[in-house]
Amino acid sequence: MRRVTLLAGVALVSVVVLLALVSFVWTPYDPVRVDPSARLLGPSAAHWLGTDGFGIDIASRIMVAAQTCLLVGVIAVGIAALVGVPIGIGSGLLGGWFSEVVMRVTDVLYAFPALLLAILLAAAFGASTWTAMIAIGIATIPAFARVARAGTVQVMASDYVLAARSCGTGRAAIAGRHILPNVAPVVGVQASVAFGIAILAEAALSYLGLATPPPTPTWGRMLRDAQTYLFTEPSLALWPGLAIAVAVLGFNLLGDGLRDLLDPKLREQAR
Amino acid sequence: MPNLRRGATRLRIRGPAVTVAIRVAIFLLSLVLASVLIFVVCAALPGDIAQVILGQNATSESLAALRHSLGLDRPLLSRYLDWVGGMLTGDFGTSFFTRLPVADQIATRLAVTGWLVFFGMAVALLVAVPVGMIAAVRRRRLSGAVISGLSQIGLAVPAFWAGILAVFIFAVKLRWLPANGYVPLREDPMQWAAHLVLPVLSLAVVQASVLTRYVRSAIVDVLEEDYIRTARAAGWTRLGALWRHGLRNASISVVTVLGLQLATLFVGAIVIESVFALPGLGQLLLDAVAQRDLMVVQGTVMVLVFAVLVVNTAVDLSYVALDPRIRTARR
Amino acid sequence: MSTTALTGAPLLAVRDLSVAFDRGRRRVLHQVSFDIAPGQRLGLIGESGSGKSLTALAVMGLLPDSAEVTGSVRWRGAELLGQGERALARLRGSELAMIFQEPMTALDPTMKVGRQVAEVRRLHRSAEPGRVRPLVLAMLSSVGLPDPVRIADSFPHQLSGGQRQRVVTAMALVNSPDLLICDEPTTALDVTVQARVLALIDQALTREQAACLFISHDLAVVAQVCSNVLVMLDGRVVDGGPVDRLFRAPEHPYTAGLVATARLDLVEPGSRLPVIGDFYASGAAGPQ
Repeated sequence: MRRVTLLAGVALVSVVVLLALVSFVWTPYDPVRVDPSARLLGPSAAHWLGTDGFGIDIASRIMVAAQTCLLVGVIAVGIAALVGVPIGIGSGLLGGWFSEVVMRVTDVLYAFPALLLAILLAAAFGASTWTAMIAIGIATIPAFARVARAGTVQVMASDYVLAARSCGTGRAAIAGRHILPNVAPVVGVQASVAFGIAILAEAALSYLGLATPPPTPTWGRMLRDAQTYLFTEPSLALWPGLAIAVAVLGFNLLGDGLRDLLDPKLREQAR
Repeated sequence: MPNLRRGATRLRIRGPAVTVAIRVAIFLLSLVLASVLIFVVCAALPGDIAQVILGQNATSESLAALRHSLGLDRPLLSRYLDWVGGMLTGDFGTSFFTRLPVADQIATRLAVTGWLVFFGMAVALLVAVPVGMIAAVRRRRLSGAVISGLSQIGLAVPAFWAGILAVFIFAVKLRWLPANGYVPLREDPMQWAAHLVLPVLSLAVVQASVLTRYVRSAIVDVLEEDYIRTARAAGWTRLGALWRHGLRNASISVVTVLGLQLATLFVGAIVIESVFALPGLGQLLLDAVAQRDLMVVQGTVMVLVFAVLVVNTAVDLSYVALDPRIRTARR
Repeated sequence: MSTTALTGAPLLAVRDLSVAFDRGRRRVLHQVSFDIAPGQRLGLIGESGSGKSLTALAVMGLLPDSAEVTGSVRWRGAELLGQGERALARLRGSELAMIFQEPMTALDPTMKVGRQVAEVRRLHRSAEPGRVRPLVLAMLSSVGLPDPVRIADSFPHQLSGGQRQRVVTAMALVNSPDLLICDEPTTALDVTVQARVLALIDQALTREQAACLFISHDLAVVAQVCSNVLVMLDGRVVDGGPVDRLFRAPEHPYTAGLVATARLDLVEPGSRLPVIGDFYASGAAGPQ
């Protein structure tokens, strides 16, 4: 069962990554060139998924949009992990009121979901891929801090760390030798789950026009455009949504599969 | 998945009065921190707002005049204190564009978002609690696996896509319900309900998937507790023991998630309002962002954050009622 | 129903009871058979993992779904194995009751213990308005809890382990069951509390004239409550009979080991304490 989850996750994520990679060197058509003579063509041998209101090939746009989706995910998760994990490990290592205060401050970020932060940044600086990535990244910091802290506290309470400390090993050495290897796997699981959430957030933001501006294709903006043609060409609303769902499902399954692999005890609860 | 019992473990050692006092203090502190953050991003970071509003060709006299009339020429600290002080008395400032009070604009739109969030959560809970229970009890059978699979898929579907699909099916194809727009409750209750059905359902589909998973894992945890076996040994059937002794215990961990989910629900409402052209806080916010009307953005985000913080505080306090280990810790 | 039809017939008759997990690959209980007559007390002794608790759970119908149970468990002549959850639930807590090993987690942490005891009464004896509360208080004081009003209005976390185990005992006895199954009821308690809880169970059984299946790893404890004992090892019954006969002439080397380690008064001062391995090498006579 758990192998199935992991393999399905790897397979779906690979599809998305492959689409993005291939789109760097080849797409069926130019993903941004407007062609008024080819507007709203249904699926055909020439255009597998048809064309949109500007006459652009849908399949090409979906492939190129995978780049943006993955880029936002990588940068956002990177920001969150690079800031959140040291905060979590530090607070777990030091303990006491200091760690309580640090965690409470990161808790306040919970009141700022990615979308709200992105709206603030877009209002202040104008919407761009960067405001979206940074907003999603900052909003995801608390999740990483929490996971890293929980892992650290657990390791610090274990007998083997107690033994190491009783032998005079310093905190920094303990952090390097015992905590990092133990926290890394849970952070990996968290990264996979956070990646899925980041893709959803990016899709919502670009749907609202608060992320990557045109002409760069994004799945969210494609859905916004498709809504205009819902009465005449409803299939336009199908493919970008499916692409988002596949990508998110892939990362979610990957995260679940990794978690099962790491801790069989959690299997029951996590499914 | 976040640790389900974070609030419970952290608050366990203290007496109830202390717990409440600490939680309220944290709430007030969070509010202050949030207002500072919002102010810094909206008022301090963007640079010259007058320039943004008037454009590149504005004369320096007109810029200075606008800065003065908007109060932008005063020091940041006094502008911040004015803003916060005003909000405490219900004055959220005036819009840079419409010159209307921000508070009035928020007030007229609060109801739409409020209904959406309320019904969205209600529908999600009505679905998630029984379905999650079934998934937990039958976790080793096909029906449990099917529910888990469906909730996994529901988790991956963006709410706004669900909304677009719902519009296509129920408004375009079947013509049962309106595709977008809003009618206030006082004008026509039937039309009001008809316009809310699709937005609420699209918002609830995703929430129900998330909550189903949390309910399931909370109940799986509880099912392995000794007191469930004691209850069965005392004459409850498996389901009876779960109903009588399991739900209350499982609810302690589910309630935590509920607080966090409400935050995402407010955010989801903003997107769904955009899909269905509902005149709620989300639309107000998006229009304000498009016009760079920072006074409206500041005020609306503050209201949303306030709502999220109130809900999270209420959730943490509800442990005191739900978990006697906290309530009676002083005895 | 005539009483003559029941005389001589056992209350509980277990025949060839076997339990396996993992689709039959892991067999944990092998053809266990025993009878318990009305009012009779039977001890079940063995080390942890010998199948004592599994036997009790199988009788109660509380094994997890993944367990495959074969053989026969008859209660007053009626087969229990294969009965539905609803039918078994009617018996449990009413005619058959059970006390578990771990008092710290056996009670619902969110409910006052008085209500938990009352609930067991109401579950099986409907329509006693106004009479349940006095009965619960009487029950609590009969299991040796002073100030039953205060105890009844307490949550489990406010009580000590010994107090909780008494509450669990009160829950088990509140419907005057015909058979009480005790699964290591004193193991998790302090030594001083152990003796008192044991004496209390003994008195309660006498008062209610209930039969008992008493599970323990400690022969000395079983000897205080029961007159007959079965010895279990690796999922099988290897020895059994009256307690005094087992002490005098154990048939199985494992029993001899149990007896020797329980009779510390016979150990000469200064000599090494006996261990079971001195008498029985685990695995030598075990089923492989």
